[in-house]
Amino acid sequence: MLNVTRAELRKLRRPTLLISTILVVAALTALFTSIVFLRANSGQGNGQRGEVISPELLSQATGLIYGFKIVSFFLGITALCVFASQTAQEYTLGTLRNLLVRQPSRMKILFGKYLSMIIFAVALVFLDAVVAIGVSYGLAPHAKVTTSAWFTATALSLLGRTFVNVLLTTLAFGTFGMILGLLFRSPISAIATGVIWSLILETILGGVVSSTQKWLPGQNFDNIAQGGSDTVSYQWSLGISALYLSVGFGIVAILFKRRDVAN
Amino acid sequence: MTTAISVTDLTKVYGERSALSHATFEVPLGTVCGFVGPNGSGKTTTIRMLLGLIQPTGGTGTVLGQSISHPERYLPQVGAMIEGPAFYPALSGAENLKVLASLGGFPQNRVSELLEKVGLADRGGSKYKTYSLGMKQRLGIAAALLPNPKLLVLDEPTNGLDPSGIQEVRNLIKDLASEGTSVFVSSHLLSELEMISESLIMLREGKVLFAGRTQDLLAAQIATLVVEPEFTVDLNKLVEIATRHGKEASVDNGSVHIVADSTWGATFNRLAFNAGITLSSLTATQPTLEETFFEMTGE
Repeated sequence: MLNVTRAELRKLRRPTLLISTILVVAALTALFTSIVFLRANSGQGNGQRGEVISPELLSQATGLIYGFKIVSFFLGITALCVFASQTAQEYTLGTLRNLLVRQPSRMKILFGKYLSMIIFAVALVFLDAVVAIGVSYGLAPHAKVTTSAWFTATALSLLGRTFVNVLLTTLAFGTFGMILGLLFRSPISAIATGVIWSLILETILGGVVSSTQKWLPGQNFDNIAQGGSDTVSYQWSLGISALYLSVGFGIVAILFKRRDVAN
Repeated sequence: MTTAISVTDLTKVYGERSALSHATFEVPLGTVCGFVGPNGSGKTTTIRMLLGLIQPTGGTGTVLGQSISHPERYLPQVGAMIEGPAFYPALSGAENLKVLASLGGFPQNRVSELLEKVGLADRGGSKYKTYSLGMKQRLGIAAALLPNPKLLVLDEPTNGLDPSGIQEVRNLIKDLASEGTSVFVSSHLLSELEMISESLIMLREGKVLFAGRTQDLLAAQIATLVVEPEFTVDLNKLVEIATRHGKEASVDNGSVHIVADSTWGATFNRLAFNAGITLSSLTATQPTLEETFFEMTGE
């Protein structure tokens, strides 16, 4: 399985994919973090869904992680696109047959690929954290935010917890992308379905019928990074996300193992 | 173990359609075996079943002595190029090979060695998407050679190659066979296969028409004497002489074609001479593999 992971990492580190992903993640993180800090004194919404995050709040230990976690949804969408395309392209390019001739165990291929994407996701989240903290620290004086509470043990523990939660959200979206990739066997169909569902349909559904938020996968994935919300608890989101993804992954794993590779 | 591949009653059915029906054949170890048949005859389906990519509906088979239901036992010793090369367009040729080398646990330094072998050493660093069809084909062959295989399965390896490329692949296959590698090669270039294959498997509509030595197949075909008289007015007389001696003959394109092998050539020359006819040429021809293929498959 480690050979598969090594081979997959070789593909993931190709400049076109790696540089564009780094730029997208860095730019989105810098943009959202900047909004939080530059609008902190405006008295208007500068957080998710119009939430007001004042300089006083940002001066607390939690101030370190606002910028970091606010971009989790888009980080997840990026992971969804990467995971879906990396999986589905093996079918469209016809390269799956090469992989299976060199590694006949389909489960090793699947889990080796998954492991490589976990490593990729860890790198993305790490980049997100570095950029968010860097931009936060740089903009703190401008927003009249004091940073002394950011480097306490409490803040660092919070940072660690948020890192894990953002990573879980990123992996959840990525796994969703991988499931769609294996199901549709076409990067365009998989990405289009995943993005339209998560970005548009869930937003409309959750907005119109708020009780559905508890059941919508994308909303729950993102709720993990936020550490839970007033309406949906962290534990619920973690549980329901694990359930959705386990069932989905189980089904596509069986399909992947049994399906003839005829293209 | 004396066979590289052995299948018995191998069958693959897709819904109502039978892609391969009760195929039984053997590929001797250490030989080059040609695999021929019209498009849609079941060649690629057979190859995919041998490589564990699709599950047979029925029948059994072994590759390098191991059952095809356990491809993990023999695939580390098998190199394959199926239905043309397939690689990642954004990676270079060398990177593509390194991906497969990592996957199979082969040494990375084998990549440059193989690029050299297939004539891609100077383009190994170029992206695959910039390759010509011939270069892609060469990269596919290099990928198949990665494991230093005991059995090489090649599906149309000369597709897109120019004449010198075709000759290089032919020589490569001959070299590998001389080193003891078994080669199972499917191709539409029957003249090429005739030159390199010791044995042959011929398919049509999912059924095996012939499986055995190439020489035996060709020898079993009816030989023809092609005779040209000095004067065309004698064409019908020559047909008459041949028919009188129990041979089937006809006039075709200014010559007489007599169904007989070369040993009857001298007899016929004498008969024509006695009848006062001078022959300007007398040639004994054996059907080529291509002619035999068309005859057998009805294509």
